[in-house]
Amino acid sequence: MDEHEEQARFEESVMPHLDAAYNLARWLTRNEHDAQDVVQDAFVRALKFFGGFRGGNSRSWLLTIVRNTCYSWLEKNRKHELVTAFDEDLHAIEDNSHNPELLLLKDADRQVVRQAVEELPVEFREVIVLRELEEMSYKEIAEIEGVPIGTVMSRLARARKMLHQCVARQIETGGTK
Amino acid sequence: MNCQESRELKHAYSDGELDLVRSVEIEKHVGDCEACARDYQNLRTLRSAIGSSDLYFKPPAGLRNRVRSAIRGKEKSTDAAGPVFSWVWLKWGLSLTGTALTACVVTAVLLTASADDRLADDITAGHVRSLMASHLTDVPSSDQHTVKPWFDGKLDFAPPVVDLKEHGFPLAGGRLDYLENRPVAALVYQRQKHFINLFIWPANGAGAVEEKTFIRKGYNLVHWTTAGMTFWAVSDLNGTELHDFAELIQGQAAPASPR
Repeated sequence: MDEHEEQARFEESVMPHLDAAYNLARWLTRNEHDAQDVVQDAFVRALKFFGGFRGGNSRSWLLTIVRNTCYSWLEKNRKHELVTAFDEDLHAIEDNSHNPELLLLKDADRQVVRQAVEELPVEFREVIVLRELEEMSYKEIAEIEGVPIGTVMSRLARARKMLHQCVARQIETGGTK
Repeated sequence: MNCQESRELKHAYSDGELDLVRSVEIEKHVGDCEACARDYQNLRTLRSAIGSSDLYFKPPAGLRNRVRSAIRGKEKSTDAAGPVFSWVWLKWGLSLTGTALTACVVTAVLLTASADDRLADDITAGHVRSLMASHLTDVPSSDQHTVKPWFDGKLDFAPPVVDLKEHGFPLAGGRLDYLENRPVAALVYQRQKHFINLFIWPANGAGAVEEKTFIRKGYNLVHWTTAGMTFWAVSDLNGTELHDFAELIQGQAAPASPR
């Protein structure tokens, strides 16, 4: 295919997902400037691999590249963040609170929620962003993360449980840190 | 369904990923079990809080343009590989000679050489295309008095058209082609089973350029400039015969009159 034609096709099908790309990179790097660098890098990579992309879901395709670019960046610059705090298999969905209290949240607790998501370990933050903000299916998330659907389910359950605990604790102790 | 299963499957249920049978089961269980109902209510509260907390980061204003120029720049940098290479040699030239004058000559030679090299590629491609696409001629005629007027109104110049039948290079016809961002005349000559494409268009600068030969992908090319016209002959014919052809054209082509 002609190079300019390919470039035009790339801009038409991939550029519209810039918002999603930035949002994911921003959540994974937790920094505005690093997120921009990662996004730029990811788009350059995406263009390079675009020849191998034969239609389908261009948002998932791009986010896979953004995600991998983020992890390379984290590996290089924030290696300690990649150390998983939980062994997922050992701690898989153990929900022992047999008689939970009702969670009550006010509008003013938005900041608490945001902070709770920010404090999640990276793979749990990632699954929350893809599911709750990008509204992707388990299957799409599994493809982006390169894990089985069962792992997506358990990560998501784990992530929500951590969020719940964090938010409930914050409200109990009275507001944000 | 028991409490344990209900609490494991509530996420899939809430995300619309659970099959119908188990969805019905979990709804029934949550309807009957107060603790599980509260647990499920908490999940809904949390999810709606996430949804209403404005968590989506919008890209800063300049990012779209930045990304766009990065991906366009990437394309450019691949294209620029050639000139960068010449620049390295030019710097070599500068340091070796130490005089600006020589540097200018080096630059001029380099630029001309690379322009001709690039053109030789284009000419060869044009020749191959004309043979492949069964579109060798727009006006198939061995009569120069048919071919020459055919170009009238199609080009802003009158290409010299001569027949070299007596010399063993009969004219086969003419065709419009496109090179150097302009329409050009392509004359087709034959030598036994070989075809020769002769591309002609007005030369940019004044002054004649002596014959230069190139070889591209097994094709021979001869290039010269005379009487204000640029000529490129290309063929799978051997170099000697193509040179003879070029000499015949140079000897017979009447000076053209640019309109």
